[in-house]
Amino acid sequence: MSRNISYILGLLATAAVVAVILLCPIPSMLRAASPFLARALMFLLLCSFLCLYRILRGPTAVDRAVAIDMLGILIVGFCSVLSLPTGRDWYIDIGIVWALQSFIGIMALSKYLGGQDFDE
Amino acid sequence: MNEHIGMALIVVGLAFDFFGCVGLIRFPDVYGRLQAAAKCVTLGTCGILLGLFLFKGFTPTGIKALLCLLFIILTAPVSAHSLARGAYRSGVKPWSGTVKDEYTEKMGE
Repeated sequence: MSRNISYILGLLATAAVVAVILLCPIPSMLRAASPFLARALMFLLLCSFLCLYRILRGPTAVDRAVAIDMLGILIVGFCSVLSLPTGRDWYIDIGIVWALQSFIGIMALSKYLGGQDFDE
Repeated sequence: MNEHIGMALIVVGLAFDFFGCVGLIRFPDVYGRLQAAAKCVTLGTCGILLGLFLFKGFTPTGIKALLCLLFIILTAPVSAHSLARGAYRSGVKPWSGTVKDEYTEKMGE
């Protein structure tokens, strides 16, 4: 029963946060962007905070590695969205480089966690 | 017209990113979380990058977005797979409700 109550509370909290993101006034930092892109950036920030929660709470090291992998992917999306309203095209370069180094880092980390050598 | 399709793709990508993050919070063990994370890559960020390509067209930025999409779609399953393997080898147990564990049976042969 208490499990049901906590489930409903979590659902309500998530819906409240999404509603706040969709309805709140746009912060002055993003004022130059179009409203759609500003809200998209705020949505990606919310997802990043959920990943940070998993990095804080994760019981094992692999949970944290998974969350870091996902955070890198989210940052690639963030950079590509950010290149639209600002007009600075080099943000997508940051995304490409971030994807590359995230892949290499995660591969090395998983080899290390599995107790293998790097050339295996 | 292209911009509207791009906007729709970006919305789909944002929704999948959000659902993947909720799955990262809610699933009970490492392997379920890995599954949610892989979904988030394939439809989430790739949708956003495809939307960016539709916004920009065949300019250098659009081509870079396509290249980034190709790279991500090639590498994300590889990294997820090797993370699952590393997790299994480092001794992380699957969830107690798991029905079948084929990897242990294969390794036992």
